[in-house]
This record gives sequence, C-alpha cells and structure tokens, in this order.
Amino acid sequence: MTISFHHHFREGDYVFNIIMRSIIDHGYKNLTLAPSSLTNVMNDIVVEAIKKGVVTGITSSGMRGSLGDAVSHGILKNPVIFRSHGNRARAIESGDIKIDVAFLGVPNTDDMGNANGMDGVAAFGSLGYALIDAQYANTLVLITDNIKPYPNTPASIKQTQVDYIVQINEVGNPDKIGSGATRFTKDPKELKIAKMVNDVIVNSDYFKNDFSFQTGSGGAALAVTRFLRTTMIDKNIKAAFALGGITKPTVDLLNEGLVAKVMDVQDFDKGAAESMKDNPYQQEIDASWYADPANKGAMVDKLDVAILSALEIDTKFNVNVMSGSDGIIRGAIGGHQDAATAKLTIISAPLVRGRIATIVPEVTTVITPGDSIDVIVTEVGIAINPKRQDLMAQLKNVPGLPLYTIEALQEKAEKIVGTPKPLQFTDRVVAVAEYRDGTLIDVIKQVKE
Amino acid sequence: MAMEEKLRRTMMFVPGNNPAMVKDAGIFGADSIMFDLEDAVSLSEKDAARYLVYEALQTVDYGRSELVVRINGLDTPFYRNDIKAMVKAGIDVIRLPKVETADMIRDLEGLVAEAEIEFGREIGTTHLMAAIESARGVVNANEIARSSERMIGIALSAEDYTTDMKTHRYPDGQELLYARNVILHAARAAGIAAFDTVFTDLNDEAGFKRETKLIHQLGFDGKSLINPRQIDMVNQVYQPLKKEIVTAQNVIAAIENAKQKGSGVISMNGQMVDRPVVLRAERVMRLAKANNLVDEEGNYIEK
Repeated sequence: MTISFHHHFREGDYVFNIIMRSIIDHGYKNLTLAPSSLTNVMNDIVVEAIKKGVVTGITSSGMRGSLGDAVSHGILKNPVIFRSHGNRARAIESGDIKIDVAFLGVPNTDDMGNANGMDGVAAFGSLGYALIDAQYANTLVLITDNIKPYPNTPASIKQTQVDYIVQINEVGNPDKIGSGATRFTKDPKELKIAKMVNDVIVNSDYFKNDFSFQTGSGGAALAVTRFLRTTMIDKNIKAAFALGGITKPTVDLLNEGLVAKVMDVQDFDKGAAESMKDNPYQQEIDASWYADPANKGAMVDKLDVAILSALEIDTKFNVNVMSGSDGIIRGAIGGHQDAATAKLTIISAPLVRGRIATIVPEVTTVITPGDSIDVIVTEVGIAINPKRQDLMAQLKNVPGLPLYTIEALQEKAEKIVGTPKPLQFTDRVVAVAEYRDGTLIDVIKQVKE
Repeated sequence: MAMEEKLRRTMMFVPGNNPAMVKDAGIFGADSIMFDLEDAVSLSEKDAARYLVYEALQTVDYGRSELVVRINGLDTPFYRNDIKAMVKAGIDVIRLPKVETADMIRDLEGLVAEAEIEFGREIGTTHLMAAIESARGVVNANEIARSSERMIGIALSAEDYTTDMKTHRYPDGQELLYARNVILHAARAAGIAAFDTVFTDLNDEAGFKRETKLIHQLGFDGKSLINPRQIDMVNQVYQPLKKEIVTAQNVIAAIENAKQKGSGVISMNGQMVDRPVVLRAERVMRLAKANNLVDEEGNYIEK
C-alpha cells in the first residue's frame, strides 16, 4: 500500500507526524511512503517506522539529516527511489506511483473539501505538489485546523476529489513553514557569485523582452533576483514569467511590472505565500503543469534561464544535489533536473566549501546530466559547457567575468583543498535516482562502516 | 625613488586568523590585500595567525593583488618572528603599525634585510610601509616617508590618531584634515603612495562615499577597507569620466605621433603637452582599464 503527503509545510509540518504516529500505533506494515519530499521534522518518525517494518519503501524528491544517514547505512529493505518534482507528477500520472491514500494538510477547507493553501494561520501559498496527489490518489484525506463556510473559494483542491476531512488543532507552525522576511545576503562571496550570475544572464542573447527565468531560494539566488531587477530597470527589459519556487523578491518584480506573470508551484517565504491570494498574476500551478516531461506540455519547456545550485559538479558538467562529500544522502532533486532543461541553465556554487571541493573530477552521484548544464559560476570565474560555443561567443569578453575551462576550475579547487581519498561503499544499492523521464540515471550505494 | 606607478585604490584588511577570509581574499579584486597579524588577532592566536598567513601565501592564488601584511609592533614579542615568517613567505610589503619615527622603519629594514639573507630572498625585494597612528607620527611623517628605499607608502590610521588627539571621528572628517594633508604631502614629496584610513560603519554607505570622494579629491592613492563590499564603491569614485578618458587617449596619441616624427616636443591641438599632463593621462588610462571602461587596446567601451 502506498501513502502520500506533501511537504508544503516544510519544517513547520505537524500533519506528517500525527498521521505516521497513528499508522505506526495501529500496527500497519509494509507501506510505501511517497511524499513530494521529506523535511527534517519528518526524519525521526520515518526512521522509527522503518525500524518497525511499517515503512519498507520510499519514493521522494529527497531526504536529509538522520533519515538520509540511516538510509545510507542500509536501514531500509528496498532502495529509495528519488524523483524530481516533474518526474513524480509523471510517475503518478503514468501509474508508476499508485497512491492508495493521500493525507494532505491544508490551512483551510470547507466541510466538503474545497481547499487552498493561501489562507489561514498555517498558509503556505501554492499547493502545487499536492494537487497531483489530490487528482490521482485513490482515497484523499484532508487534514485541517480551519473549516471555512461552504463553498470555500478559490478551491485549489475540489470537493469532487475529497473522501474525508479531519479537523485537528494545528496543521503547522507558521514560523517554520517559510523563512520570514527575506534578507539580502551580506556575504561578500555570495554577492560576488550572484553578480557574476547576473552578468552571465544579461550578457547572453536570452536577456530580452519577454524572457523567462527561475531562480530558486537561498542567499545567492535572492541576490541574483535583486541584481537582475536593477539591470532590467537599467536596460528597460521586462520578463514574461518567473517560474518555480517563488520568493518575495520575485513577487516584488511582479508588483513593479518587471515580470508579467509568476507561475508558482511553491512559496519559499511568507511574503510570497501571502501575496498569492491578492494577486491574480501570481498563478498557482501543479507539479505536472510545472515540469512533467510526459504530459502535453510543461512550463519548463518554455523556460529561458534557470539558476540552480549544486553540491558537486564534475568536469563533464554533471551535477550532484543528493549525496554529500561523505557519500551520505543529504539533499533533494527538487526541480533541478526539470529546470535544467531551460535554454540557459546556470549552476551557481562556490569553488570550494570549507575543505571540500565543489568542482570535482567525478560527482559522487549524477542527478542532473551535464548535457543540460550550460554555465558554471563560481567566485573565481565561470566555465561554459563546450557544447555551447554560442554562449562562449556571447560571454568571452565580458569585463569582470573570467572564463575558465571546467578542468581549470577543478584544478584550482583541488589545489586549494588537496586530493581527497576515494569514498568507500559496499555493493548494496540503497537508493536509485531516476532522470525526469523515469529512466535510471544513477544509484547510491550503502556506505562502508 | 624608482617605484613603479601602481594602482592602490583599495587595501583590504583580512584578519590573519580567519581561514575562510584568508582563503577567499583574492576573489574580490582588491588592488592590495593586507593580512592582519596585529589588532584583529587576539594574543592567544598570534602564532596560529602567522602560520595561517604563511601557508596561505604558499598555496592560495591571489591573482594580481599586491600582498601586504600588517605585523605586530616593535614593542611586542611577535615582531621579529612576524618579520622572518613573512619575508620567508615572499610577502610583497610589510606594514609596520604605530610608526612614530624614521628609526622605527630603519630598525625594521635591518631585520628584513637579515631575513632576506637568511631565506635566500633577493635583497631589497621586500617592500615596507608605515601606518601613522599618533600626533608624533604625523609630525615626523616627512622623515618616515623618506626613511628607506624600500618604502612604498604611508597610511593614516585614524582610530588611534583621534584618540591621541583627544577627539574622535566625526562624519565630516574635519578632525583628520591636518593629518591627511601632512601624510599626503610627505608621501608625494617622497614619491610613495598615500593611503587613507578605514571607514568602519559598513551600513553608512552615504558616509563612506562622501569620505572616499574627499580623499580622492585630496589626492590619496586609495583607502584601507574592512570589507570586500567597499571595493566597488571606491573603484567607482576613482573611475575616470568619459571626457577624461578621451583627453588621455588624445594625449597618448600625440605622444605616439611625436615619437613617429622623431620630435621631442609633444603637441596637441596646437598646445605643448608637458610632463604632468602625460603622467595624468597615463594614470587615467590605468584607472580606465582597471574599471573595464576601455579594452586592451585602450578603446572606450560603450555601456
């Protein structure tokens, strides 16, 4: 039996723990867990459920902390299947994931199940990932702390989809659902990288009226949005849409008229979450509309510029966002593979983090294939995928944007931190990573004790 | 003194005991990077900082930045070891804090020369600079600036100086007017660089710009900085205007023209171009290049 959850409450999620506690205590066994992703607040109870034989299979966008550690040490019977947000939608639509019961927490619903994510104490904005579960689960249970008068609108989840509604005291901790006011980073290295990312974008041929972009969250991504805003004003360029996970600085661009539409699959902060209900141009989109490679057309297919991060990048431009330098699972695919299909995919990452190189001869786990990556931006300079000679021509003479080969950047990193000993794994596969079309891209093996 | 004319708009302080900052110091495009072994480092970390900076100088690529270290003062037990380690590491410039007399620089020079012999470094390749932090230092600035062939510059350090003067720093900088001018004149008379003091309130961008414009107008080579975020702001103040660049290009073209004609007299628009004009033109072009306003051939890049 497969059960599913969404992760829109992120680190403020109460629903997952309440439901899993009940499932464990009722003595269920051999369940497959298929949430849109797993956050740290879910770790302890998932580990408990695995140890008791309640959960024997997992498919998720990612996992981290004690759960990632436990899985990497072989705690789970079956290998975890990691899927991108777009791939999860594809897998659910095609029947690769068959959800028997979806338990979806919502910050409001009426007594028939008309619900959205935009209103209430635990509002998180877009219900993007959960909408697929609502549409395809055999049985849908809504969990809420806020029953509204019938009919509740706008209805992102509709009464036609809902089997049960359960009222509890609190579905989430609003302080931990999203970050509060987004602060502009003051880290000079992050700023430098962000400025160079902006230079790459605005000096490329994609920077013209009606372009589209996805920036993601994190200090550097937010800083890019701010630099981009300034350049858009200076050059009088306006974007057709911003896509993906949305932050307040992106919503500000919408309100300033610099971006025509925000296509919103999730909201990373309160500002973005709160503005959705008031702004008709901040459109909630589901994971399939966002990024499913097998439907009749996803928004990522129309995306010009994507800015993504990386734990590791290798000299073939392959990106790892899943396993750490110790080989242990500590990340999530998220929309990485999906957004990387953009016409200009930029990876922004420091050359080294502490004593660990980011640019390496070979990534520990291939998550996003190098063929879909165009430019790497580090604090010392950029590298362009040699397959993109057109970009090479556009970016080779930009002042303040030193151009290196990826091999030269890798050597620079190695010169700073030295050559690490190879990681030690057993032969047992603990997780498989799919590419967004459902094919296998890599496996993660159990770490040697 | 036969010092090559070098751009020294920005001298960025880097605490010598902070590995992350020491490692990343080269990425921000500072003209000079000054590793601090003195005030930024607590007594218990003096040795660790010295090791860290020494090792970083062996391994990290700092690009084209001039590398400076602020050693501990003459009256401290760390002074001699700092000198030895930094000369051995191949540092470009040693900055001595709290300099009050020319003798202090001569003492340093002697120890640096000994270290150069000990570690097989070419004699005279370790340059020196003095930080002036007291009334006595200001009064003696002229001698200090001329105290050694190795001197590349003198710097005002306003925190100690204003305390010594029984005042503190004010937004308008009137309290530093005399010291700034004395140090600048001493430096210019000796043919070395003059560095202005740090501006410590990172959140007061307007104040920082006002102060930078003032010292640029006075004629300082540049400013000591405590944060990489200040580098771009200084460079913007020092950035030449388009008309200055065009004039400089014309001067340089006139020199070329005169050379080709074999003429010793350079003329532009019917007027003789004298040496100060040539020097200024060369400096404008160096600044324009550093600010990416002209390409490698010196052609103006339209933004």
